[in-house]
Amino acid sequence: MKLRFSRKMLCIPYAVFLLFFVIVPMLVILVYAFTDAEMHFSFGNFVRFFSDPTKLSTIVYSLVIALVTTIITLLIAYPVAYILARSNTKKKSVILLLFITPMWINFVLRVNAIRELMSWIGLLGEANYFNTIFGMVYDFLPFMILPLYTTIQKIDQSYYEASADLGGNSFTTFFRVTLPLSMPGVMSGITMVFLPSMTNYVVSDMLGNSKVTIVGKFIETYFGTDWHMGSMIAVILLVVVFVSTLLTGGFKSEENARGANL
Amino acid sequence: MNKKALAIKCLKAFFIGLILLLLYAPILLLAVYSFVDTDTIGMWGEFSFTHYIKLLGDSVILKMISNTLLLAFLAALLSTVLGTMGALGIYYSKRRTKAALSGASQIPIINAEIVTALALAITFVVIGLGKSYFTLLIGHMIICTPFVVLSVMPKLKQMDNSLYEAALDLGASPFKALFGVVLPQIIPGVISGFMLAITLSLDDYIVTSYTKPSTFNTISTYVYNATMKGNAHTAEVLSSFWALTTILFIVILGVTLAANLTGGKKKERTK
Repeated sequence: MKLRFSRKMLCIPYAVFLLFFVIVPMLVILVYAFTDAEMHFSFGNFVRFFSDPTKLSTIVYSLVIALVTTIITLLIAYPVAYILARSNTKKKSVILLLFITPMWINFVLRVNAIRELMSWIGLLGEANYFNTIFGMVYDFLPFMILPLYTTIQKIDQSYYEASADLGGNSFTTFFRVTLPLSMPGVMSGITMVFLPSMTNYVVSDMLGNSKVTIVGKFIETYFGTDWHMGSMIAVILLVVVFVSTLLTGGFKSEENARGANL
Repeated sequence: MNKKALAIKCLKAFFIGLILLLLYAPILLLAVYSFVDTDTIGMWGEFSFTHYIKLLGDSVILKMISNTLLLAFLAALLSTVLGTMGALGIYYSKRRTKAALSGASQIPIINAEIVTALALAITFVVIGLGKSYFTLLIGHMIICTPFVVLSVMPKLKQMDNSLYEAALDLGASPFKALFGVVLPQIIPGVISGFMLAITLSLDDYIVTSYTKPSTFNTISTYVYNATMKGNAHTAEVLSSFWALTTILFIVILGVTLAANLTGGKKKERTK
């Protein structure tokens, strides 16, 4: 029997790739998370994780760092995206590009540049948490600006006109028209910034003088000593990400914060 | 009223300028000092190309730069082929397959990179692959391919489906119709997917450090190790990174601005 070519079959290589290198690894860490050193089923890692005060305090610190980073990033990115999206200047795409360009210099070199700046000012090793948050805001800012810019720009001009016709001043128009309509961009920006702020330990290592431990660093440390505990933390993160994705309605390609559609 | 409008305009421009200045301050600082004969920022010296000469004369650094570029090119190329085929297959699949595959394809995008990296590294050890150039390449393909799918998908949705049917009616084989009719319609998405894959691969640290062989270094792992595990030569190595950052910055700024200017002209022409 000759197998007829159908266009659907083009997805077979990618499906196999996803199965072996995405699905199977997730199952592997799930197995490691719920087994002990002899590979017997156990809730031990789960219990140990939630009964250790030092672990829990690290998590709380990490959450606070991520929260502060996300709020600051949003407070900077929203006005930038709003001003650019609503401006009439022809150069606005070039200006937007200027905000994205630093993102294309190697990530670690960029963090190193901030490290040099902080060392020059005299803050390196002195203000570890400030430096870490500064570095995260700096590095993740474009991920927040892009989705916001895209959603604000898509808002139909007639909404603003309608608001003005109905007697809304610029404040009411912003809070009752622009802000609600740009919420999808805000949500997508928040997810793009919050998760890396909890997990990207390159920033906290290089700028926090190795004194700031975030959840990502935790996993990194356990990768060297205890795969079962490392996997447990990874699985907990996985569940958090999964739930928050369900709540925010999933990832949308139009708001691709990596700039795929620039 | 006019004065108020002008004041608001100035305030907006000032805000944008201020944030841009903050964004470029660390890079400009390194760019200035990359031309100064000193190993410490803040210590002024004479104008010189010392750091550039040191950078271009260091075979270890040159090797890791070429490693990074070659890896990015290979990973992007393979991801683009795999991702474009994947996007086509997903687009033509029935509902259930479509939902399952696009769901699985999103996992590496929404997942924390450290989780992807840890899961992959453990799996490679468990199945006996260990760490090699092959595992590194797979790691980078996992980061890049889903983004290729994301860039190609919108173009498929905008595509005129009847052209493919017309090609078949006129006697083209399915392969010929795909290459001759479908591919030209989605090629902008394929190219932007490729470019995105390159930048993602060049930028990566975490997955790279979990899947690479210990003797292999990219720019990311080399710079991280140099700053975190300092030794006697640290100051010297770190100052050569000033030159590297400056070179990359100038190249990237040049390429993006040039692309934007020519791209803008093309758009005007089609109008």
